[in-house]
Amino acid sequence: MNKLLERLIGRLPIGWLQLSHNKGRFAAAIAGVAFATLLVLMQLGIQGAMKIGSLMPYSLLNADIIISANDGSTLTDRSNVARARLFQALGVAGVASGAPAYIGILEFRQPDGVPTTLQTFGFSVSDKAFTTADVAAKFDQLALENTALIDVKTRGVDAAIFEELKAGKPYPFEVNGQTLNAVDTIEVGGTFTADGTMFVSDQTFLRFFGKRTSSAPNHILLKVADGVSPTVVLERLRAKFKGQALTIETLDDFAAADLAFQTTERPTGIIFGFGVIMGTIVGIVIVYQVLSTDVADHLREYATFKAMGYDQRFFLGIVTEEAIILAVLGYIPGLFASFGLYQVMTTLTSLPVQMDGARIVYVFVGTLLACALSGAIATRRLAAADPADLF
Amino acid sequence: MSAPALTLSQLDHFFGTGEARKQAIFDINLTLERGKLTILMGPSGSGKTTLLTLMGCLREVQSGSVKLLGEELRAAPEAQLVSLRRRLGFIFQAHNLHESLTATQNVLMGLQVHGKGNPAQQRKAARHMLGLVGLSDRLDYLPSSLSGGQKQRVAVARALVSNPEIVFADEPTAALDKESGHTVVKMLKTLGEERGTTTVMVTHDNRILEMADRIITMEEGRVISDELQTPKG
Ligand SMILES: Nc1ncnc2c1ncn2[C@@H]1O[C@H](COP(=O)(O)OP(=O)(O)OP(=O)(O)O)[C@@H](O)[C@H]1O
Ligand SMILES: [Mg+2]
Repeated sequence: MNKLLERLIGRLPIGWLQLSHNKGRFAAAIAGVAFATLLVLMQLGIQGAMKIGSLMPYSLLNADIIISANDGSTLTDRSNVARARLFQALGVAGVASGAPAYIGILEFRQPDGVPTTLQTFGFSVSDKAFTTADVAAKFDQLALENTALIDVKTRGVDAAIFEELKAGKPYPFEVNGQTLNAVDTIEVGGTFTADGTMFVSDQTFLRFFGKRTSSAPNHILLKVADGVSPTVVLERLRAKFKGQALTIETLDDFAAADLAFQTTERPTGIIFGFGVIMGTIVGIVIVYQVLSTDVADHLREYATFKAMGYDQRFFLGIVTEEAIILAVLGYIPGLFASFGLYQVMTTLTSLPVQMDGARIVYVFVGTLLACALSGAIATRRLAAADPADLF
Repeated sequence: MSAPALTLSQLDHFFGTGEARKQAIFDINLTLERGKLTILMGPSGSGKTTLLTLMGCLREVQSGSVKLLGEELRAAPEAQLVSLRRRLGFIFQAHNLHESLTATQNVLMGLQVHGKGNPAQQRKAARHMLGLVGLSDRLDYLPSSLSGGQKQRVAVARALVSNPEIVFADEPTAALDKESGHTVVKMLKTLGEERGTTTVMVTHDNRILEMADRIITMEEGRVISDELQTPKG
């Protein structure tokens, strides 16, 4: 190790020798950095899951433009839109087709009494092209009344049920006093708004949501004609519906606005954002403590080095070396621990808490920078002092 | 040899500010020739350490002038001080070895300040130097497992390994018993002599006095006697 570092740095690896000389403090420092790294990675993991969860419903839709009431920020917190807008929109040049989308949350109780919520999408069977290919391929089965496609990743549902479903045995369950038959499965995964996702026909939807009517869907989805720019059509639509209480956006922009709302305006999003900042601060404080104590403990030696003709760059070098060692040795266990905890969280919550490559790199670079920054601060008091005043 | 090793003129030094401001060095004028051993004597508090640190670029020169190896230290930029320090060797009252480095590594620090160089050659030079101070069987010991005298000898090796032009030693024997103290000082003198090094030493060891070329005595920040002599021993 020493020889390798010496070759790497071109001088004695004093930082390494200094750190490893005091084993107890070294271990504590590594544990501190590991903990801070873990904290940040956990918060980012949850944030990432929230992001995936917020965008999940949009990934089930296949449309260019969405028209909604303008009194909310997400897919589900708005008033309804009059279906008449769909017919008016179809008259706008460049709009090829459109469909009303009905969205709501249904709750059912499993035999053991556990309540399970399903985010339910209702589409006319003839509008199946407004859903993703996987859902569309199975949509015809929903022509039969009171049937549904159910998410195999629905939280808290016995996996055996889905096995039987896939084998062709429908799964009946009670919702609002009526029986709904799950006839096939789709794979979606956890969202924050419900335990799972379900697709039904518009007829079935209206039967289960007694207060809803076909004339007032949640959203209107539009596709533009081939070769026409959605933004051009968007402008025409906005001009046509000028002054009405509507939000007209491309589906992507609508989803992005929803995500921004979730992460910066909803309490949960803000809390996890704070978690990242707190983790970073904890990490900087720990490393700064370790490095500045280390500088203070070695002040006499450093003064001697300064008297021998070593300059500030040399001391920065030692402390940077220490910072990098702490960053690397602390980051690795922190990363591995977070892989483990991601797994645990995914199992416990069915939320898509996943590591992504960019996060591994960003957090490592962040750890390095935080460590180097604390190191630079820790050497400040050496810079101005006369060597004779340091003894 | 061109300029003298050191030329001090009208050197004053003050500690503290305002009410607490106190003069520690008063109007010192001295010229030290190269290759000589000068001993600095005087009672405690007479300003020996202060003078030594002023001469060795370890303290900012406030008033008067210090010319070290021909270069003026007063108001010299940090970079110039750094490169001058590399031409000096310093031995302090306490050994000031780095506790995490072995004897050899501590001595290497005296070489690496001049740049990377050839690691194998540097290691060899460090070991050779430790041999000269009688520590060839303690090369890879950490300071914590060396005696006081051995530690101070490592410090001597570290100061001398890069063949400094001037060596400053401030009571290098203060923390040692009489015998090992004498060994260290004797080593410093002999090694300096062999290399033609200029040595300025603060010491209370009387046996060393007669080996010196010059003895300067201070009192209350002033030079009160300055004697040249022909060294014996
Ligand atoms: N950093 C300092 N701040 C304030 N006063 C100081 C400082 N260093 C030394 N002095 C004062 O300057 C005077 C000279 O001190 P110096 O250390 O040079 O004496 P010395 O001859 O080396 O003494 P000793 O033999 O005890 O080492 C003393 O009065 C001392 O109190
Ligand atoms: Mg002194």
